[in-house]
Amino acid sequence: MMDGSKFDDALTGEQKIRNFNINFGPQHPAAHGVLRLVLELDGEVVERCDPHIGLLHRGTEKLMESRTYLQNLPYFDRLDYVAPMNQEHAWCLAIEKLTGVEVPRRASLIRVLYSEIGRVLNHLLNVTTQALDVGALTPPLWGFEEREKLMVFYERACGARLHAAYFRPGGVHQDLPDALLDDIEQWAHEFPEFLDDVGGLLTENRIFKQRNVDIGVVTEEDILEYGFSGVMVRGSGLAWDLRRAQPYECYDEFDFQIPVGKNGDCYDRYLCRMEEMRQSVSIIKQAIAKLRDCPGDVLARGKITPPSRTDMKQSMEALIHHFKLYTEGFHVPEGEVYCAVEAPKGEFGVYLVADGSNKPYRAKLRAPGFLHLQAMDYISKGHQLADVAAIIGTMDVVFGEIDR
Amino acid sequence: MPSDLANQMTELGSYLEAKRPDCVLAWDVTQDELNVDVAPSSLTGFVEFLKTDATCKFSTLVDITGVDYPGRSKRFDVVYHMLSMYQNHRIRLRVSIREDQMVPSIVDIHPSANWFEREVFDMFGILFSGHPDLRRILTDYGFRGYPLRKDFPTTGYTEVRYDEVEKRVVYEPVSLVQEYRQFDFMSPWEGAEYILPGDEKEKEAKS
Repeated sequence: MMDGSKFDDALTGEQKIRNFNINFGPQHPAAHGVLRLVLELDGEVVERCDPHIGLLHRGTEKLMESRTYLQNLPYFDRLDYVAPMNQEHAWCLAIEKLTGVEVPRRASLIRVLYSEIGRVLNHLLNVTTQALDVGALTPPLWGFEEREKLMVFYERACGARLHAAYFRPGGVHQDLPDALLDDIEQWAHEFPEFLDDVGGLLTENRIFKQRNVDIGVVTEEDILEYGFSGVMVRGSGLAWDLRRAQPYECYDEFDFQIPVGKNGDCYDRYLCRMEEMRQSVSIIKQAIAKLRDCPGDVLARGKITPPSRTDMKQSMEALIHHFKLYTEGFHVPEGEVYCAVEAPKGEFGVYLVADGSNKPYRAKLRAPGFLHLQAMDYISKGHQLADVAAIIGTMDVVFGEIDR
Repeated sequence: MPSDLANQMTELGSYLEAKRPDCVLAWDVTQDELNVDVAPSSLTGFVEFLKTDATCKFSTLVDITGVDYPGRSKRFDVVYHMLSMYQNHRIRLRVSIREDQMVPSIVDIHPSANWFEREVFDMFGILFSGHPDLRRILTDYGFRGYPLRKDFPTTGYTEVRYDEVEKRVVYEPVSLVQEYRQFDFMSPWEGAEYILPGDEKEKEAKS
């Protein structure tokens, strides 16, 4: 039996070699959430990749139709839970556009400050966990420590570490204490050093480069075909940033650069994210300096915002207003509007159809990750199985916003 | 006083109407946003035109979604958002369709429409003709019904739980342990649609 006579069939070519199908996820740690990929492999090369999403679908858009505008706000924290306030921002902008409310300058600055903190929160998580996906264990441990500091800033502003509900239509919920501004500034001075440390671990790291350079290359044509936004665009050399192209809030008065990549691969996107964090820190510093010169109210007092607590103690009308605002809620005039913000992951948009009542008639949440993940099949085709993890990581998918 | 952006959008609107009068049913600029109503039959041609024309260059498809108006004879609006990264402007296309009507798929022009159209199909039951792979996307495997239609209850029809006896997850009709809490806080003085208790007697008293 051991003379080899039984192995003839291996040489005849008669054997049919079948492609191998595997399930990647939904509980795979590198799937960044509940993603199920059905991969068709030829050896170790990916031939087809069919993402199955919806495992975290909570029906947010349906729920929003039966809740008032203010009650809907916390749902936005639960979309992209890595950078909660950036989502709230889009919702507030949509309501403000329809109601025509002008946000006070101090509130506007606070929004910019916290949007940028959100961006750092997001990029910290993404860069470090992507490094984890390709084999580096240290960066996430360091990164989460920095994220913890930022979450404390969230907590000190609004009382919650993650689900902030801090941005409100017409401004922000509460003013920031001066001590908090001092601490954020202190952090902003220390943080670049941390970025240098992480960069020192990764940027010229041989393994990291082997796993990321020339992996998941995205060209300008792909960007348009697949509707990419955010870092997925900038990594390929297009300086497209909504903060610059279609400025909202008061981003037009801030001085910042838009980092762009050259090759459009995973490595360039990593570099972009690192540089964007530095730019965010610069915006944070500018915002703090501006905030110090700009005392004042943080809510546009009117129909859509609550009266101040002192008013409520003295004025009957204010008390009635407060009661009506938190039960019936405010009414938004009829109309439809699309508002987008440059969320850390890309263009996050809200399409709001209002019918003049206290509840949205229809709200569609446009998540950047939805489109990025859609291109998974196209981008990962021809890559090796191990690269799939690197590509998912660099696409920056979070299932809260994709599945909604 | 219309803003610069509104003027720019108005200009673009008139340009589109002049170039493609057969496609543009109506257009308007509200809230600095350009809305164009398009007939389903001319949709693909118009989207193609928007993508290739040098003045428009709407190269990126931002979003496709649906809106349900059960009271209308053309029940659904399918809404397309597009963006031009080169000209830096946006457009919204609205296609009104009846419940039994199909919409032509634009996957051939914008591959990114694939999942959006699947989502609209999943949520509203609108069919897209020519779509390569019109499966459900967000709802559960084997889900029935179209959740974002206005006549679909928020609670849904089925619920799942793990069954200790059968050792698997089982589907059951929804049973609410308490009444579904849907408060109506609308002021009865301003446009409440229900009849206040006691108001029905008004007619009897008059007659």
